[in-house]
Amino acid sequence: MTSSDNHDMLLTMRGLRIEGQSDDEWSEIVKGVDIDLHRGEVLGLIGESGAGKSTIGLAAMGYARPGCKISGGEIIFDGINLLEISEDERRKLRGVRIAYVAQSAAASFNPAHRLIEQFTEGPVEHGVSNRATAESDAKTLYGKLLLPDPDNIGYRYPHQVSGGQLQRAMTAMAMACRPDLIIFDEPTTALDVTTQIEVLATIKNIVEEFNTAAIYITHDLAVVAQMADRIKVLRFGETVEEADTRTIMSHPTEDYTKTLWAVRSFKKESEGVAKSVKPLVSVKNVTAAYGDVPVLHEVSFDIYRGKTVAVVGESGSGKSTTARVITGLLPPREGAVYVNESKLPGDYRRRSKDQLRHAQMIYQMADTAVNPRHRIRDIIGRPVAFYLGLSGNQLEQRIRDLLSMIELEPDVYIDRYPGELSGGQKQRICIARALAAEPEFIICDEVTSALDQIVAEGILKLLDRLQRELDLAYMFITHDLATVRAISDEVVVMLEGRIVEQGPREEMFKPPHHKYTDLLLSSVPEMDPDWLDELMAQRQREGVMESASSS
Amino acid sequence: MLIAQRLALGFLVLFVVSLIIAAGVDALPGDLCQEMQGQGATVETLKACREEIGLDKSLPVRYVEWLGGMLKGDFGTSLANGREISELIGTRLQNTFFLAILAALISVPLALVLGVLAALYRNGIYDRAVNVVTLSSISFPEFFIAYILILFFSVNLGWFPSLSNISPEMSIAEKAYKSLLPALTLTLVVVAHMMRMTRASIINLLASPYIEMATLKGMTRRRIIVKHALPNAWAPIVNVVVLNLAYLIVGVVIVEVVFVYPGLGELMVDSVRKRDIPVVQACATIFAATYILLNMTADILSIITNPRMLHPK
Repeated sequence: MTSSDNHDMLLTMRGLRIEGQSDDEWSEIVKGVDIDLHRGEVLGLIGESGAGKSTIGLAAMGYARPGCKISGGEIIFDGINLLEISEDERRKLRGVRIAYVAQSAAASFNPAHRLIEQFTEGPVEHGVSNRATAESDAKTLYGKLLLPDPDNIGYRYPHQVSGGQLQRAMTAMAMACRPDLIIFDEPTTALDVTTQIEVLATIKNIVEEFNTAAIYITHDLAVVAQMADRIKVLRFGETVEEADTRTIMSHPTEDYTKTLWAVRSFKKESEGVAKSVKPLVSVKNVTAAYGDVPVLHEVSFDIYRGKTVAVVGESGSGKSTTARVITGLLPPREGAVYVNESKLPGDYRRRSKDQLRHAQMIYQMADTAVNPRHRIRDIIGRPVAFYLGLSGNQLEQRIRDLLSMIELEPDVYIDRYPGELSGGQKQRICIARALAAEPEFIICDEVTSALDQIVAEGILKLLDRLQRELDLAYMFITHDLATVRAISDEVVVMLEGRIVEQGPREEMFKPPHHKYTDLLLSSVPEMDPDWLDELMAQRQREGVMESASSS
Repeated sequence: MLIAQRLALGFLVLFVVSLIIAAGVDALPGDLCQEMQGQGATVETLKACREEIGLDKSLPVRYVEWLGGMLKGDFGTSLANGREISELIGTRLQNTFFLAILAALISVPLALVLGVLAALYRNGIYDRAVNVVTLSSISFPEFFIAYILILFFSVNLGWFPSLSNISPEMSIAEKAYKSLLPALTLTLVVVAHMMRMTRASIINLLASPYIEMATLKGMTRRRIIVKHALPNAWAPIVNVVVLNLAYLIVGVVIVEVVFVYPGLGELMVDSVRKRDIPVVQACATIFAATYILLNMTADILSIITNPRMLHPK
């Protein structure tokens, strides 16, 4: 699938313009984009959120979300101008000749129907096939996508199937009518690295097998490098540059593309921990459970002043539960948390105000972690007044200092509401709120997971600067190993509520590893376009896939 | 387990309600003896009358006696005519349920269909018209609607009788014919609630990713609403439907009086006028029990219409 000249053209977009509505005003969100896609070709669309990737992907189906409208240009799919035919004619193309795979499979499957019912709906309603044939086809496709028990898994409801399996079931559903084109809209963004890699490999295989053309939308460069024949970089609804994958990976021409490529290069200085220093926070032999379900088993690690411990693992491995034990939200069954060698009460209600002040939290979803009805002044001012007892001018001054520390201009932002800030700015407000208590120790729970890479990089650099200036200790919970590589001094790897490996960063990224750490590390996509194929070949030889797909 | 818990809670609520009813009825001015003897009452005759029917005892004593009877399934006897209350209530309760069922059979399917159509053609002329009509009908007092219906269908057109004096000997068809106007009145009162909740719950779901997915699978709008949105909208709809069913049984008092329909509500109003306390208490307890039972049904139904509950992992 390299040379595209001998294929005929499947999709052409010329001067595509799409407007979006906010507060009764229409503004352009896609500003004249051209796309050419040949049969069997995979085009990668990459860019930050707000670049218009998904909007363009949906436009390829002649669809605009409520509050958006296609205002200009033309979209020609296999000789049909999608903007000139009727809505009913467009509907008949959707699902049959152009299919869609959504970002969150868990939300995009209807919770009220079995997977296979949702699979057969398309072929049966469009008159492509009858129910029995469609069902047996579903089972074949489930098998090709390496779903466990392909003959029966379709009779389950969406909530009875794991996220990675759902994403593959959705790919199967998109394949149901054997479309000419599939739009993949960030299909692996919500998955763990170890799950992502399996989904990527199966999607890649099936798209090649049926010679389906695809538009692959993502913000993750390393992922798109594995999937796409050509890559188009978008920013603010305009094309930045477009070239075939190998060229653009090795020789990006535009500055913006180069900054995207450079994002993963941030790495903080780490000197390691001197043996004589006493730990600031010690988690000792903690075992914890939710009700009767045990979630943590004998977890022990230390966090030193001015250092960062990264806690890594898949969802469900007990990372966030460990944070809940440290903050006292979940009293441990056994073991305890020590700060400066004195034991903390297990329940936060029995801790003193000072003990509470010293451990602060920053959450993954800044959106839901700040009260949308409070001004920035109140959000940051509240812990200042509560813990430090400041008021009046002193309070005002302190809030302004904190805003300056997080690189937001106090005069501009102090009286705004969270809704008027971007995602990255909101996360900065959360950092300021944590700093307001003047803590010694901050738990960062997936703080960059919901952010674009460039914005995330800014947050990481800010956290690093604050750590050096204020001698803060961080516990950094993440499933993203690139983040771990960037900010950690020490690494703790968790699996099923146990620590499987721990040590200084430099040692952790060098072999030999625990088998699970190895799987985790090798699953992080690399920029090399051949990485996925080589890795899958290697894993097949070693038989790693079976152990991974059972998780 | 959950159902047992709800049931226990239901009985507790019923007990509290019966206390409130007893206290409320006792607070009414005057009593049966005053009411019966009227102007001719003397202190002696009143005292004798009260002793005869047990009204001289204090409220707590009467309540405990009444409760004891209730637990044995004995509603007691009417003070006014000495008849067994269970016998008095029996046919009237049947009549009230008959009217409620008739009204439900008309109003529930009507509300669901109107609601689904309103969601399908939302913000169009149909949607607005349905909203205006149903909201107007819910805004008028019941007796007003009842008299309007009587005026048109009974006085002017002469299609239906204005009095719904049904009796046990009548056939179901005849009963239904005679009860149609009260049932229509009730329908007009309850349909707006259910229709608007159906519309709102469906529209609420239309922004879900799985609805967008169905659109992108090329499904028709009708199929998306009926197959994809409606099954997930049941919980709130069922709640409102059941609450309205409860209203059909409990809220019929005024409608029954207007149409002189021999139901429980009419009996209750009559008994309050006569200060026939045991009958009032029995009626109120039945109404309360119905309300609690239907509410519990709503809770249970909304739990079991959730596929996560029906098909655990």
